[in-house]
Amino acid sequence: MATKKLIEVGTWTAIAVAGAAAFGGIALNRGESINALWFVVAASCVYLIGYRFYSGWIATRVLALDATRATPAERLENGRDFMPTHRSIVFGHHFAAIAGAGPLIGPTLAAQFGYLPGTLWLLVGAVMAGCVQDMLVMFCSTRRDGRSLGQMARDELGPLGGTAALIGTLFIMIILIAVLSLVVVKAMVHSPWSTSTVFATIPIALIVGVYLRMLRPGRVLEATAIGIVLLLLAVAGGGWVDQQPVLREWFNLDGRALAWFVIGYGFIAAILPVWLLLAPRDYLSTFIKLGTVFLLAIAICTLQPEIRMPAFTRFIDGTGPIFSGKLFPFLFITLACGAVSGFHALVSSGTTPKLIARETDVRMVGYGSMAFESFVAIMAMIAACVLDPGIYFAINSAAGVVGADPATATATITSWGFPVNAGEMQALADRMGEQSLYARTGGAPSLAVGMASIFGSAFGQGLFALWYHFAIMFEAIFILTTLDAGTRVGRFIMQDALGSIWEPLGRTSWYPSVLLASVLVVAGWGYFLYIGVIDPNGGINILWPLFGIANQMLAAIALAVVTAIFVRSGRLRHAWVPGLPLTWLVIVTTTAALQKIFSDDARIGFFAAARDLAEKLAAGVLPPDRAAVAPQLIFNQQLDGWLTAFFLLIVWIIVLDMLMRCHQHLSGRRAAISTETPYVATQLA
Amino acid sequence: MISPAAIARRLWAAIRALLGDDAYERYLDHQRRRHPDSAPLQRADFYRAELDRRWSQINRCC
Repeated sequence: MATKKLIEVGTWTAIAVAGAAAFGGIALNRGESINALWFVVAASCVYLIGYRFYSGWIATRVLALDATRATPAERLENGRDFMPTHRSIVFGHHFAAIAGAGPLIGPTLAAQFGYLPGTLWLLVGAVMAGCVQDMLVMFCSTRRDGRSLGQMARDELGPLGGTAALIGTLFIMIILIAVLSLVVVKAMVHSPWSTSTVFATIPIALIVGVYLRMLRPGRVLEATAIGIVLLLLAVAGGGWVDQQPVLREWFNLDGRALAWFVIGYGFIAAILPVWLLLAPRDYLSTFIKLGTVFLLAIAICTLQPEIRMPAFTRFIDGTGPIFSGKLFPFLFITLACGAVSGFHALVSSGTTPKLIARETDVRMVGYGSMAFESFVAIMAMIAACVLDPGIYFAINSAAGVVGADPATATATITSWGFPVNAGEMQALADRMGEQSLYARTGGAPSLAVGMASIFGSAFGQGLFALWYHFAIMFEAIFILTTLDAGTRVGRFIMQDALGSIWEPLGRTSWYPSVLLASVLVVAGWGYFLYIGVIDPNGGINILWPLFGIANQMLAAIALAVVTAIFVRSGRLRHAWVPGLPLTWLVIVTTTAALQKIFSDDARIGFFAAARDLAEKLAAGVLPPDRAAVAPQLIFNQQLDGWLTAFFLLIVWIIVLDMLMRCHQHLSGRRAAISTETPYVATQLA
Repeated sequence: MISPAAIARRLWAAIRALLGDDAYERYLDHQRRRHPDSAPLQRADFYRAELDRRWSQINRCC
């Protein structure tokens, strides 16, 4: 017994020392390049220690997870959604559900501050906030028959809080779909190879859907295998299309045409039956996602690439070309999902708790999955930072910021101290099988270049172009899955809301209601997508912070619900566990929102930007192509300003509502209540 | 010691479970245990019945 204890202490001391050494290596290294393996070691040690100690303490002392208590999966088992499942499998399902494009794109954009700030917040944020949020929400939902976040908000905070949470969810969904589809469009603009590959994923999903429904019903693995082979053929086939002089012109489309295609696709996908498009696409994306993440980890560990990005760049002062605003608060807003993501609270409640076999599994599934997700974000950060900084900025900076032609763009970026020349950029574009890589904002292309450099060097020399387009396909397939699934869920929320205006509109299978709600949701994100495409500053500069604010706002809502539950169910002593990240998120979102609304700097403030553009338009100093879109951009900036104000209002309604209810409880005006399902002993062996 | 064949079997079972390939078998198992008297759905009917439920909730994130 004593030796076992000794071994355990020894192991954890070694992990702590290794982590500290790796951290020291990263933090103290100046001037010379640093190996990416240090990041992997430092991150792994931080997650392991956070998991072993913090989540262990939360599990035993704060939540007192009880393995003898029957979970909803056991009590309500129905062979479908309620189903006790082995924790490793639940971990896999939950991870596949929470991992999306966000933690890949956020770190790629945040690398404009240098590698250090982003990496530190990914680690600290995940361990102290993100993993904690996911675990606590999952715990609360598991003790409440697997209720959703919206239902818990209604139960704990009353109708006002519940409605605010629901509206917040709908808005974040719309902004999320808009920004993600903008990322895909930016990757496809005038790229016949990317466009034909991404388009080919649609018929492939249809084939898999028909196979699963008509030919061999429910044989998911067979169908997925066929789909994966077809997807790989589509990546190679895109290269062939690119070589055909006539065919390539069909897919050589500009941003507006692609935006209309994506909007049309989103609408059709929303009204088609689930089995035909959404279900097969989801199966394919799950497999591709888990496979590629695994492959990337192996590639980084075998290749051990050098980090070229400096620890800090000059852009921490707020003048960044990719997104504007200072390190605080915009680093936290930009990284969003990799450190703490409000969206996870929606999966951690309602969906995953129905599979949890034992209450103690909440620790591994809730805390562990998020730690793993944060690790994926670290890998995205590595992929961005192994690029030459000059090349990184040339790919990610919009034409409106650095200049539209190669000579001006490279000269501007070189003048910032990140040398790059047009010849280098052309050679890189040739190697990746693209005509041009300038101003491919949105993070996906630069991540794909980074991944192609890592994959291409680790496995398969010289296949850079194939790996690049594989990476684009990889991102596009789960972005389009989010688009399909998000539009559908948005439609349900919309129908629910419309139903309270006129009852028949609330019937989810009444066709006119389906059409109306789908049109409203698609029009919502389609508008932001279209404006993002016509914006010469790239659109991402506006949409990503808006998305980040919405996402962090949702996290604040989730943590406010958890804090209310803690205070009112006798866990006041530990209320700081959700309260601390909640306070931080409220500070970050409020600061960011206030700057976005009131800043006089036209690069940061929405209203300032609208005024600035209006003055330039009135003075007639805009070139004709910009003057043509200026009225739409001015309106959009104002709309974004009001939307941010609305988000801020929702956060504060919920926080004040929560504080008021906690106060009523603590001052004895309201009795302690437990919204938990009563204890039932487990029958599971 | 666990034999390589057993490891391979487990890995295969895990891959099937992660993708949801074993959903029907799990449903049959549940029916046998909990509702032995009623006839379970056929595979195709079960798949059809599951589709709407699975994709009507938030199961994918950013």
